[in-house]
Amino acid sequence: MEFWDKKNECMLRDEIEQIQLERLQATLNRVYKNVRHYKKIFREIDFIPEDLKSLEEFKKLPFITRQDLRENYPYGMFAVPLREIVRLHAPALTLDNPLVMGFTVNDLNNWGQLIARNLTAVGVAREDVVQVSLIPGKLIGPFGMQLGTELVGASAIPMSVGRLKSQIKIMRDFRATIFVSTPSFALEVVRSMDASGIDAMDLSLKCGVFGSEPWGENTRAEIESKLRITATDTYSLTEVFGPGVAWECSGKNGLHISEDHFLPEIVDPVTLEPLPAGVEGELVLTTLTKEAFPLIRFRTGDKARIDYSACACGRTHCRISRIFSRCDGIIVLKGTSIMPENIGRILSDINGEAPNYQLVVEQADGQDQLTVQVEISDKIFFDEMKKQRRFIEDLHKAISGFLGWEVKIKLVEPGTFDPKKQVVDKRSFE
Amino acid sequence: MLRLVNVNSYYGLVHVLKNVSLHVDKGETVTLIGANGAGKTTTLRSISGLHSVKEGKIEFEGNDITGLRAEKLVRLGIAQVPEGRQIFRPMTVFENLELGGNLIFKMHGKKQMKAGIDEMFDLFPILKERQEQYAGTLSGGEQQMLAIAMALMCRPRLLLLDEPSMGLAPLIVKEIFKTISRLKEDSDLTVLLVEQNANAALKIADRGYVMETGKIILEEEANALMKNQEVKRAYLGKDQREIWEK
Repeated sequence: MEFWDKKNECMLRDEIEQIQLERLQATLNRVYKNVRHYKKIFREIDFIPEDLKSLEEFKKLPFITRQDLRENYPYGMFAVPLREIVRLHAPALTLDNPLVMGFTVNDLNNWGQLIARNLTAVGVAREDVVQVSLIPGKLIGPFGMQLGTELVGASAIPMSVGRLKSQIKIMRDFRATIFVSTPSFALEVVRSMDASGIDAMDLSLKCGVFGSEPWGENTRAEIESKLRITATDTYSLTEVFGPGVAWECSGKNGLHISEDHFLPEIVDPVTLEPLPAGVEGELVLTTLTKEAFPLIRFRTGDKARIDYSACACGRTHCRISRIFSRCDGIIVLKGTSIMPENIGRILSDINGEAPNYQLVVEQADGQDQLTVQVEISDKIFFDEMKKQRRFIEDLHKAISGFLGWEVKIKLVEPGTFDPKKQVVDKRSFE
Repeated sequence: MLRLVNVNSYYGLVHVLKNVSLHVDKGETVTLIGANGAGKTTTLRSISGLHSVKEGKIEFEGNDITGLRAEKLVRLGIAQVPEGRQIFRPMTVFENLELGGNLIFKMHGKKQMKAGIDEMFDLFPILKERQEQYAGTLSGGEQQMLAIAMALMCRPRLLLLDEPSMGLAPLIVKEIFKTISRLKEDSDLTVLLVEQNANAALKIADRGYVMETGKIILEEEANALMKNQEVKRAYLGKDQREIWEK
């Protein structure tokens, strides 16, 4: 088993705890001084960072949520002056204010290091050719993947998605050995290969790193057998770093979180009480090394379990379980996080007021599909077929335009679904 | 190798060190930088037992050394080079080194101490030339070398260096720092270096901590720290704001 940074990846537990405490104290001292929001919420509970003595005490601090990030748009959460920022990412995932993430030179360096750890753990070395098929801009992942790949010394081929034929041609002709994409795009590649009669034996792929949407073991099995690769999961969290936060080693036994850079906790999503290791709850992350955009007890909304036992690969950092569901109503598919309220807003923009609607996510032919069911009401009732078709087309155009991929729109009779339940996720990740 | 957990120290009622936690691994050179009055020297003095620790824990090679007396710590292998070249000026260089080797003399006898002094002469040839001279007549750089040599005489595994560049000409500073990095390479010595001259210190260090008003505000690899704005601010004072921040 190869390591990128063996010293830091295989630290003893007490060494990890020491470095976490040191970095946590330093981070808290810094954000208290530089970020107004943290100063405010710490003062509300009479907490002064220099008083923090242990990781236990830290659990009394308030959480921050995506709402806090939005309220401090654009630069309110930055802990360094804008001049220190060398990169800004603002993936437009919402209709109002996008999230804004800033990176200093050191942040980018750390990001590269984290991804280099991930890539090395799945067997990437200098000789490898890494094809990154992720949409840049919409996802921040491709930029990090490129940093990490170049740090390892492998060759990166930054691609976007789509144009399947040329993707496969490049994969074959450039002898790409590592494939980085969303699992749904990997399946599209598989289908397209089947259709055009290209066999996995024509390719040089040996492993794949997939993430940014939930995917089950059956999808993994399909990708692995069709592409003849080892497929590993990587957990990306845009607010923190994109990919590099947690990843599977080739043992595929949970996702390693680099505990020298992050402090993970699991809390009960309702009571917000910390949960013991092994119990499923909401993942809460604190960054320990980020300079520009530090997050203290950030509620990720993702459901996971934490496992502190040693992994067979020798890494000592804890592992989280694979993430299949969320506790904040956000649905993730095709690499996009969708807040149901946003769809509601688009509907009300077109219709004047928000009708009852429900988002149905299901799997068809290995691909995730989103259907927006809209309840017919007096306002949405057309005696002319033409008008009705037009209305559906408008909805389709607006929602697909916002998400960047096709959705299905269905008008249904009142009473077909429970209007309180805005999301139905029928996917299974067994 | 060395580990501080939540160390708190006071000067009278003044709370000087506020939950300082840091660690130094074996063979590492770690620097502690910060402005005047940030608490760097107090941190060193707390480690070496010269200043009492009110709260917190200091561990050296796994053993709790909080509150141990300075002379005990020297036996354990911790030596401090104090700020401001504190040597015995009215004594000769040789006598100074003998004083530094007092512990070796007690534990291993005169022969070993002599060998130690010879080692120091190899390391600092200039001291050999000056061995009969009174220490007070040495130049600033030579005095600093003598101070370091005295600390090395007791064969420490951890060397605490307090502002070795203070009041020295830039060329001499360079020389001193070269010596420190050579020591590290030759003898696998672990060094905790307190410095005002952040640039020079970060160049030879592996990692660094930045202190401000008794707290640690940054911990990072030395080359990353060189690029950090906080480092600059730590020197120019916390009220220092760039034009665009006003």
